[in-house]
Amino acid sequence: MNDNIVSDKFKEKCTLLDNGSIMIDFNDWESISQFVYDSGFDYLMCITSYDLESDDTLGLAYNFYSTSEKKYLEIRIEFNNKEEIFSIANIWRTADWHEREAYDLMGILFKGRPDLKRILLPDDWEGHPLRKDWEEPEYYNGMPVPKDKSYWE
Amino acid sequence: MTSIVDYLLNLLSFIEIDTSLLLIFVILIPGIGLFLVMTVNAMVAVYMERKVSAFMQDRLGPMEVGLLGFKGGKKFWGGIGQTIADAIKLLTKEDIVPDNADKKLMLLAPFIIFIGAFVTFVAIPFSENLVVSDFNIGIFYIMAMSSVGVIGIILAGWSSNNKWSLYGAMRAAAQIISYEIPIGLSLLLVVIVAGSLNLGDIVQWQSNHRWFILHSPFTFIAFFIYFISVVAETNRTPFDIPEAESELVAGWMTEYSGFKWAIFFLSEYANMLIVSIVASIVFLGGWLSPLAILNIGIPEKWMFLDGPILGFFWLMIKAMFLIFVMMWFRWTFPRLRVDQLMYLCWKVFIPFALANLFFVSIWELIF
Amino acid sequence: MYKILDKSIIGADEMVLNMGPQHPSTHGVLRLKIITDGEIVSHIEPIIGYLHRCFEKHCENLSYEQIVPFTDRCDYLAAMHMGHAYSIAVEKLLDIELPQRVEYIRVIMSEFQRIASHLIAIGAFGLDVGAITPFTWTLRDRERILDLFEQVTGARLLYNYIWPGGLAHDLPPNFIRNSIDFLDYFEPQIIEYDNLLTTNKIFIERSADVGVMPKEVAINYGVTGPSLRGSGIPFDLRKNEPYSIYDKFDFDVPVGEGKMGTIGDSWDRYYVRVLEMKESIKILRQALSQIPDGDVQSAMPKKIRPKKGEVYSRYETARGDVGFYIRSDGKNIPTRLKMRSPAYCNLSVLNEISAGWMISDVITILGSLDIVLGEIDR
Repeated sequence: MNDNIVSDKFKEKCTLLDNGSIMIDFNDWESISQFVYDSGFDYLMCITSYDLESDDTLGLAYNFYSTSEKKYLEIRIEFNNKEEIFSIANIWRTADWHEREAYDLMGILFKGRPDLKRILLPDDWEGHPLRKDWEEPEYYNGMPVPKDKSYWE
Repeated sequence: MTSIVDYLLNLLSFIEIDTSLLLIFVILIPGIGLFLVMTVNAMVAVYMERKVSAFMQDRLGPMEVGLLGFKGGKKFWGGIGQTIADAIKLLTKEDIVPDNADKKLMLLAPFIIFIGAFVTFVAIPFSENLVVSDFNIGIFYIMAMSSVGVIGIILAGWSSNNKWSLYGAMRAAAQIISYEIPIGLSLLLVVIVAGSLNLGDIVQWQSNHRWFILHSPFTFIAFFIYFISVVAETNRTPFDIPEAESELVAGWMTEYSGFKWAIFFLSEYANMLIVSIVASIVFLGGWLSPLAILNIGIPEKWMFLDGPILGFFWLMIKAMFLIFVMMWFRWTFPRLRVDQLMYLCWKVFIPFALANLFFVSIWELIF
Repeated sequence: MYKILDKSIIGADEMVLNMGPQHPSTHGVLRLKIITDGEIVSHIEPIIGYLHRCFEKHCENLSYEQIVPFTDRCDYLAAMHMGHAYSIAVEKLLDIELPQRVEYIRVIMSEFQRIASHLIAIGAFGLDVGAITPFTWTLRDRERILDLFEQVTGARLLYNYIWPGGLAHDLPPNFIRNSIDFLDYFEPQIIEYDNLLTTNKIFIERSADVGVMPKEVAINYGVTGPSLRGSGIPFDLRKNEPYSIYDKFDFDVPVGEGKMGTIGDSWDRYYVRVLEMKESIKILRQALSQIPDGDVQSAMPKKIRPKKGEVYSRYETARGDVGFYIRSDGKNIPTRLKMRSPAYCNLSVLNEISAGWMISDVITILGSLDIVLGEIDR
């Protein structure tokens, strides 16, 4: 069951989507996130980053849950892949690792947090693999990346 | 008691050489004998540990390797020759020394520990006249020489050039040095009551009175303090923090492989044997049979049970039982943390041991 | 409001200790960079990614049916749970109604898997603390559960059994009989583990009051599962938001009460797992007696081609709250599949609760959080 507190308060800034989630503009995220925390959504379940295949647009989906009132909330943000998003890692500490993963695999930049570094891939990896226009590099540190199928094909 | 060295000197006195040269030759024979004792003990103890641990964990242990064609049964005494196979493997293993480690100290450390254990064996009587050298300060010498091992452990941890080994060595140093105090206090108790530091005199006292452990409630407590402290001294669980497997990957022994590790292993089991024998001699009546527990009058026919030949077996049975109890501890209990270990020594054992000493003196005065 | 510390500058007294990817006690390839002052820890940074196998990128090239074996390999110690969670997510997208027999069999498999996973967690925790014998005993009992799984699916560890819309095949004839025999054998065994480990004084001294996780910290860091319930919060998805047929069964949710120390310490997290095994036995007995007949593949669609949309579905595995976020474009392969793994968030709380303890305690706390690297790195 989704909650409409956010769309009630910030009427002009949100659009309500089909499955009950709320789409906002990334510039408003700073104020809305503080309001979401204060309304009792204390449990951030997941931050998913996704790539819309058209014109360099990336998206983030935040899933919240309120343990006291047992309600769900999903907030979506879509933006150009060069923008920097306000980081909520100071409010919900679990967002720290989720945002690092979003940066690592999708290349979304976050501002307002001290240390944005890769978490799953090695530190000297180049590129962001989960994007739709990702191509495998030829070499990584001198080792050829694509499988050498000359042995069996 | 006549010691072996004296006996051999008397035996060979017909040879017309200077006594000191004869002495050198005579010392070699018990030396080799002691080395054999240490190796046989290691083989038996390792096999026993593997079987005991396996049965406690609901599995069978080594079952495949046989000895001279004899493989043992299908269910129980399977792999009798396993230890010999292990020994051969360790001797032929490659000796890896880490890059920046201090080679000379790494070579020296196992031998210091070995020397500590070997030299302690010199004063331990195995039966009534079966002692290499009959010190009249027996217990004092044993306690002193068993402390030599600490230096070896610290050298091993430092020279490995590995932070984890250093942790293990520092913990071991703190632990071993602290736990020597309760050991000393418990043994001091025995010396006060028996009146002599000589081990033979202590057993003689026990054959005149009764087994030490049943002498008074305070000596009973002293036995338990002594036994738990020696478990800590030999770095066995629950006190095996220096070689804690799940934290430090073998602690101070991590970087050792092959023959040097075999010497560490040998010395650990030799230490276990030493402390078990000392505990049996001092508290449990040594080479006296169970007939002397409460000192009821023994009829003449049964006196042979107390003699020197069967005495060896009585002593070994008691020592083996204590070694079994030490192995039992290892596979039952989790391990204590370093600060809990230190707390146990300094705030529990030492006050108890001191109070014990005080009360035993009063008991001796009254009774 | 909390501040994230950036501890890249080390003080003069402090030492950097590396509990490397290869270590007997880090439950997989996990690297812990510990900054210590003597033996006291001041900061831990877990470095993960050694087992990253690009699960999410693979899913963008595989059809929905083909993803099921890959979900098994994420949390390899609780593979049935992953398959079940994924199937529930896809069924939400497709909006299918399942026959009752399928639901009952899925619940039975999940509860057996929960017992098996908790057995390893308990045994490995004892192993970390130094007690080696309970580990061999718990593995011996887990072998019997794996035998049951082998009768049903043919595999011991990675099953590929729970498919979206139904199951791979039906139960073999003697399965219910064998399961009830196993449950009768297993119930007294828990008392054996309690005697050896739970009430052991040395074990209590090692784990009680160590690594206390207060309630607010737990929820803020996203910790779920037995680690959260050990801090006193009675939050179990099977009771609060029942999925599948869990609302038909009668069971309790064990919660840490601080019996042997502060509420929320490592002993509580451990003991919640022991109690959860008992609750799973209750559920299993009820399910095995009520299982109806039917056809397990009647609701399976020929081709899985959901409509355009997104779904976020949650499920309670042995380690916590797994979430699948699936975006679909109307094709037969998902556009984006994200798996929110419970151990990922459980591990992130390690730094907060182990500051000020010793290195031996770090191992204890890590063991009580019960992580599996396959799930963290995906």
